[in-house]
Order: sequence, then C-alpha cells, then structure tokens
Amino acid sequence: MSMPLSAAPENKTERRLTMVEALREALREEMRRDDRVILLGEDIGVPGGFGGAFTVTLGLEQEFGHERVLDTPISEAAIAGVAAGAALGGLIPVADVQYGDFLFLAMDQLANQAAKMRYMSGGKLSVPMVFRAPVGATTRGAQHGQSLEAFLMHVPGLKVACPSNPYDGKGLLKSAIRDPNPVIFFEHKLLYGSKGARKEAGGIELVVHVPEEEYLIPLGQAKVVRPGSQVTIVANLLMVHRSLQAAKALEADGIDAEVIDVRTLVPLDEETIFASVRKTGRLIIVEEDNLTGGWGAEVAARVADACIGSLEGPIRRVAAPDTPVPFAPVMENYYIPSVEKILAAVNDVL
Amino acid sequence: MTGITIARAAGLSDSERIRMFRRMLLCRMFEDRVYYLFLQGRMPGTIHQAQGQEATAVGVCSALQPADMITSTHRPHEHAVARGVPVNSLMAELFAKVDGCCHGKGGSMHVGDAAYGMLPAIAIVGGGIPLAAGYALAFKYRKTGNIVGCFFGDGATNIGSFHEAVNISAIWNLPVVFACENNKYGASTAIEKVTRVPRLSERAAAYGIPGRTVDGNDVEAVYAAMLEAGERARGGAGPTLLELETYRFAGHSRSDPGHYRSKDEVAYWKARDPLTRYESFLTEEGVLSSAEIADMKASVEKELDAAVAFAEASPSPRPEDCLNDVYAA
Repeated sequence: MSMPLSAAPENKTERRLTMVEALREALREEMRRDDRVILLGEDIGVPGGFGGAFTVTLGLEQEFGHERVLDTPISEAAIAGVAAGAALGGLIPVADVQYGDFLFLAMDQLANQAAKMRYMSGGKLSVPMVFRAPVGATTRGAQHGQSLEAFLMHVPGLKVACPSNPYDGKGLLKSAIRDPNPVIFFEHKLLYGSKGARKEAGGIELVVHVPEEEYLIPLGQAKVVRPGSQVTIVANLLMVHRSLQAAKALEADGIDAEVIDVRTLVPLDEETIFASVRKTGRLIIVEEDNLTGGWGAEVAARVADACIGSLEGPIRRVAAPDTPVPFAPVMENYYIPSVEKILAAVNDVL
Repeated sequence: MTGITIARAAGLSDSERIRMFRRMLLCRMFEDRVYYLFLQGRMPGTIHQAQGQEATAVGVCSALQPADMITSTHRPHEHAVARGVPVNSLMAELFAKVDGCCHGKGGSMHVGDAAYGMLPAIAIVGGGIPLAAGYALAFKYRKTGNIVGCFFGDGATNIGSFHEAVNISAIWNLPVVFACENNKYGASTAIEKVTRVPRLSERAAAYGIPGRTVDGNDVEAVYAAMLEAGERARGGAGPTLLELETYRFAGHSRSDPGHYRSKDEVAYWKARDPLTRYESFLTEEGVLSSAEIADMKASVEKELDAAVAFAEASPSPRPEDCLNDVYAA
C-alpha cells in the first residue's frame, strides 16, 4: 500500500514508521514533555513481555519506569476508573484495553464517570485522559473483533478518534493526550504493522513518512485523502484503505471518487463532509461497525439534513451486517465491507 | 458492636470535640430541613437521606486534612456537610439553582465541590471506588502526602468495581481508606441476604489489607479508626477497609417508608442515635452544657435559615445552560 495518506510528500530518504512505531513515539514524546502523563494497562510494561497486546508500549517502561508505566490486573473497570480518578487528581493517564471488546467491562467508568464528571460538577472539573482500544475483525471471532466507535460516540463528554495511518495516528494521539477531555482512541489491528511474533495476519503494509519534528493533528478535522468530483466516500480506520482501493478501481471506469477520512468522530468535521457532498451530490459511508446505529447512520442523517438539496442519489452505507463478528475466514471476509461492496454501492447510486 | 457510650479518642481537645458535635448537628438538621422542604414541594427530584449516619460522615471527615479528597455516594448530603462544603451552595444545588455547588447540573445525588475536598458524588453504587483509587494514585505519584476517603455502602461490596478497585489499590499501596458505611440495607434488601460474610471488614483479607469493623455510631471511634488508617495510608503502607456499622433512620429514598424493617430494629438503632449519644457524652464530660447545646442548635437553625434564603434568592439556570460544560475547552 503506497497511498499518499500523510500530509507530507513521499520521500524515500525520510524516515517511515508503522502505526505501532508512530503511536509509541507519540507516547514517548508526550511522556518526555509532561511528567503528568502516565500509562495504565494490562501487560504494557512487563520486562521481557510484549508491550501491550500489539507492542505499542514496548520498551517505554525502560525509559520511564514502573511509576509511569503501570501494569494492571485484568480489571477493565478499574483501569478506566483509576485513569479517570487520576485525571481528576492532576495526572494525564493514557490507559488501554487489549481489545476494544473489553470496553464493555469499563463502560460505567467511561460513560457514567469519566464522561460526566465535568458536567455534573457544573464545569468545575475536567478529565484529561486517553483510553486506547484496538478494534477490527481479525479472525479472532465475536469477542475480539468488534468495532465500537458508535457506542462511545453516543456518549456526550467523550471524544472519539480513529486514525487510519501512522502519520495521523501520531498527530492525533498527541492531541488526544493534550486534550482536557476523555478521548477514546480507536486503533485498527490490521493497521498496526506489528512485527515479529506479534505480527498480525492479514495486516496491510502501511509504513508512511512521519517527520522527526513535532506536529499535532487537531481533533475534529477530517481529511480529504483523495479528491474527486462525482461521489463522496466517507470512511475511517481500515475502511479508508478499502475506499481508496475502490476509488482507484472506479478511476479505471472513469468515475472520479472523493475519499474522506473522518479521523475523529467526536468532534465530527461536518463541514468537510458537507462541502464534499455539495460538490459531488452523492455519498457512500463505509464502516466496519454493524449497520444499525453505526456512526455512518449519524453521518447520513446529518448530510440528509444539511445537504438534501445537493443530493442527486440516495445515501448508501456499506457496513458490517447486524451479526456478531464470525470466525471462519470465509464468513469474516463476507462480513467486513469489501472493495467489491463499496464499488457496488457506488455504481448503485451513480 | 454498637454500644451506647463513646470510646474516647486519644488526643481530641474539647474544642475539637465541640467542632465535631456541631458538624454532626449541622448534618442532622440539614437533612431534617431538607426533608421538610422536600415535602413542601420546594425542591425537585428525589432525595436519599442519611439521618442516623452522622458519626460516619463526621468521624471520617474530621480525620482528614484540607487537601485530602473524599468520594461519596447517592446518599451524599451528610458527607458534603461533614467535609465542609458550604451549606449555602449545597442547599442551592438541591433547589436546582445557579449558585449550587454544581450550578444546578448535579442535584441531590451529585453534590460535591472539589475545592472543598469532595468530588461530585457518584450515584452508581460502587462507581466511585475506582475513581477514589485513581485520585489516590495521583496523590501518590505527586508525593503530596494526601489521602482519599472513599465512602460507599454495604451494598457496594457486592459489585465488581469494589473488587477491582480495592485490589488495585492494595497492590499499589495507594493512599486511600475505604469507608464502608454498613447501614444494613441496600435499598430494601438486607445485607445478610446478599453475602455470606458476616463482617464486611473480613473482605479485606481477600486483598491482603487490614480490615476493621468499627462502631459507626460512635463518632470518636470512627475518627480514631480513620486517623489510624489514614496515617497508614499517608505513610505509604496502603489502604485499609473500615466497616462502619450504622443505620439510616429514613427510608432508602423519598418514596420509601421502610416497611421491611421491624419496629424493634428501628428502636434498637434509635437508642444508639449517634447524635444523642455524643450529646450525652459531651454533657456528662462537662464539655458542653445543656444551655450551650441549645444555643448551638439555635445557631445551626439560623445557618440553615440563611442557606434556604440564599438558595431561594439564587436564580434558576437558563434552560439553554444545559448545553454548557459537556466538554472542557
């Protein structure tokens, strides 16, 4: 995959990082910059261990010690609640779960405590924390492969980020750490580029230029990753890459598709999406989440509300069906939105 | 366990005793006043009252330093009063007014003010325990020497967040004291119906931390136990689980007449009313005279009159203020 996803131009002499390396670098830089930043999670700093389920925190305990890289028991509610409490107490915790599916175990602490403390205090308190969660179906079946953006997006008080590439991953994670609100940070397992024993089967080759110098990507700015004029495709995480593949295939058929990476769902950059739809008149939303109540439904509703006069065809959502994530690879491949399904949707509305 | 005398705490001066007694009086009279205001329909929502639990609230909070923090529950009024959150702002919050401690966004179940050492109360049973652990982690990391006093009820000891948060506090030696107010009931369900453990403090053994059952209607016993557990926590030796045996005189909430409790049981506990017990002790000890206590009650009444006047004079929030304070800028 050599899509020009980063803002910086391709340049072979510049350094190129995987998602895991970029996220680790974001953590390291922010921890060096601000000693209030601490990490909490399962298996994240065990000497001789693996640096979290997908190696993002590998080696950080060597630089920052176990006062700042805290290995927790298997206690997701405590991980989330301790992070929120520590944030109230003046720290900036970056906590994680090994699989996004485990967020359900932490939901009271995220949705009732972290998200509402500012509001319930009448604006006196803030909860500056980040909660990282890997998502995406990867032949692990129904409890290690869900996409959960919509659940968290529905909670006022939380922000939601979902980067599709290492450059965005680093810039968004640094912004999330500096944000005074709880930010749920979704990472896709097939985009990590983990190496060695933790390499993810089916992961896409995604190594992009990440500059040495500091940069931030603000939460709430979508990115037009491929300009086009005839149809808008809005996607996140892995689906950005499938959408770009689809756009390339469409180009061969003389169809000019614009692809937008939402990058964050809360805040949602409506303006970029609206401007695109007003230009193209057609909208496809691609998400790996289940169709019903997915984030695509929200985008569709907002576009229908704001851009109805510009629409020249129905809004189509390409999403996973309303089933749990299946295990058998043939079923999982059917379940995850494919390039073919995106092409079919585009051809349907054109 | 619960007697009718007071186990004199070492090192308490008369003026400290008087301060504790007045605070207990303020807690009780605040709750009684709120009850009448509520019956008159002058405040919206629901209320969960704590009459009868003054010794746990005041005993724990009196052993804290100003920069310490407490977490509370859906029954938080007395914790807030005991911690020193101004009664004006508490009353205004119950009246849903702008000058309330949460500017009208919290209400009865979420009163609190971190500026006075109390996080907004957490009304999910057990939900505040992980937050207390986290706040304690911040204290420890910042080496402030402060502690968190974490209030919760007997019912909370059966929820997962209790187990997870007490365990994580234990393994990290966090400076937190778990103050379990065992008032015998989770709503209408008696605690012995929902656990086989006769003494909730025994649960501490599961986490390798000290546990102690304390007469929670004896303010000085609670104070002494909290002071000791607090010093242990401040010194880096980790958390303690205190089971404070007490009783709420009121029902669970505004709609609960408490028919699931026998008259004998209620009478037993009324005879151990923490307020009258302490009052008797202080008069017998010659710390306060009856006349001084009468004066004190009159001054508390005046303080509450002023709080009600303050609350009534405070403006309502604008309806559209509900849109603010979701995110920090």
